[in-house]
Amino acid sequence: MYIAVTIAILIAIALGLVRAFRGPTLYDRIMAGNMIGTLTVLMVAVLGFMTGRPEFLDIALVYVLISFVSTIAVLRVYIIRGTMDSSSTGSGKE
Amino acid sequence: MMDTVLDVLSWIFLLGGAIFLLVGAIGALRFPDFYTRLHAVSVCDTMGAGLVLVGLMLQGGLSLVTVKLLLMFYFMMFTGPTAVHALAEAAMQSKLKPVVDEREP
Repeated sequence: MYIAVTIAILIAIALGLVRAFRGPTLYDRIMAGNMIGTLTVLMVAVLGFMTGRPEFLDIALVYVLISFVSTIAVLRVYIIRGTMDSSSTGSGKE
Repeated sequence: MMDTVLDVLSWIFLLGGAIFLLVGAIGALRFPDFYTRLHAVSVCDTMGAGLVLVGLMLQGGLSLVTVKLLLMFYFMMFTGPTAVHALAEAAMQSKLKPVVDEREP
């Protein structure tokens, strides 16, 4: 039963990867990264249940927050890089 | 008897969650514009993850495992939409125009 859900999550991750490679804009790639992050969290949780190891849930719980913070961090990089290009004299901070 | 009902119910939730994840992923591939794809991903994040986690909670029963799953569900409900909003905000800031319907009303 868990195997069916794991396979579905793996297919969704593969589709996310296709979107990451094909994504025309930069933000498509960041979105795909965010999506694959949450899918990995779910897969870790389901595999934790499948193999009967409750420790996996701690990993999944931590990874939820890490993937969120990493998405925001990547966005910050491009927001700041964007403001520095346009305002050549700008200090780069909002 | 009660055990099998719980198992069947959790399978239904798990399968529903898996279906939502797939639909979200397929939507993220096939939608024409960035913002529509963003919607598909956020559906996949919140609804798919929610159903899968509820399905696992039913399997977990009343134990520490369910508390962790509840915490994960709680964080996902907050971080998912926030991340998608930040993405849309950053995209709009970089002058990425959504594709609007040019046909006359």
